[in-house]
Amino acid sequence: MHPDWVSGLSGGLLIGFAASAYLLLNGRIMGASGILGGLIDLTGYENLLERLCFLLGLVLSPILAIQIAGGHDTQLTSNVYIIIASGLLVGIGTRLANGCTSGHGVCGISRLSFRGITATIIYLLCGVVSIIFFKNLLGLI
Amino acid sequence: MKNLIALFCGGLFGIGLFISGMTDTTKVQGWLDIFGNWDPTLAFVLFGAIIPMAITWNITKRIKKPIFTDRFPEKTEQKLNRPLIIGSMMFGMGWGLSGLCPGPAMASLSFGGWQGLMFFFTMAIGMLFTPLIAKYLK
Repeated sequence: MHPDWVSGLSGGLLIGFAASAYLLLNGRIMGASGILGGLIDLTGYENLLERLCFLLGLVLSPILAIQIAGGHDTQLTSNVYIIIASGLLVGIGTRLANGCTSGHGVCGISRLSFRGITATIIYLLCGVVSIIFFKNLLGLI
Repeated sequence: MKNLIALFCGGLFGIGLFISGMTDTTKVQGWLDIFGNWDPTLAFVLFGAIIPMAITWNITKRIKKPIFTDRFPEKTEQKLNRPLIIGSMMFGMGWGLSGLCPGPAMASLSFGGWQGLMFFFTMAIGMLFTPLIAKYLK
């Protein structure tokens, strides 16, 4: 097994290359919540097929990666209430903010976008607060 | 062609998320757990992704248009507003709770079990109803 930082860095580079190719070739910002959200609320109907193709690649490619790199587990909680609360917060939050880790984090920060940087600082801080509150104080997760 | 490229970029994104450890919720929660057993891996992921993207944004200033479309996305108005701040707060809280954000939630659909499917489903419902919620924030 590689040390974690090597896989983190190499995986990160692949994410950066994917975002770069999407921008240089298709002229689009690679934001996961935007691509999916535009399909769901139909605000992105003019490039429906392009969005679907992107999501298809995103969902299917890890199946290939598992064949090469071995099994994997998300280790996601089985607590139904936490899953529902978290799913709703992530879904509503990223659409309200118009971006998530890929859109605001990767594409926004690298462009020195004030909105992207601010959003990233806020969701990182709130993520830390969430862990302090639900894990360290309440012991729920 | 555009659709083929989208498929390729989505695929590369998915493999990157998988290799980097972003689909492992304990690594993400470990990164946010700065007062517990802190895991710095995600810093390397962000760094690795931002560097090529920063170079790419510079390239976009030098070439007139993307290869297969007419123009690059314009920088949106750089004003902070309530939806951005409240949305990011909600997202951060949810991200900490489960350790999943939208990209990894989709990249792990094939191996994330019922928990992953359920997360994706509730996230999609949240996205569906956001336009209604957004009205009250304006």
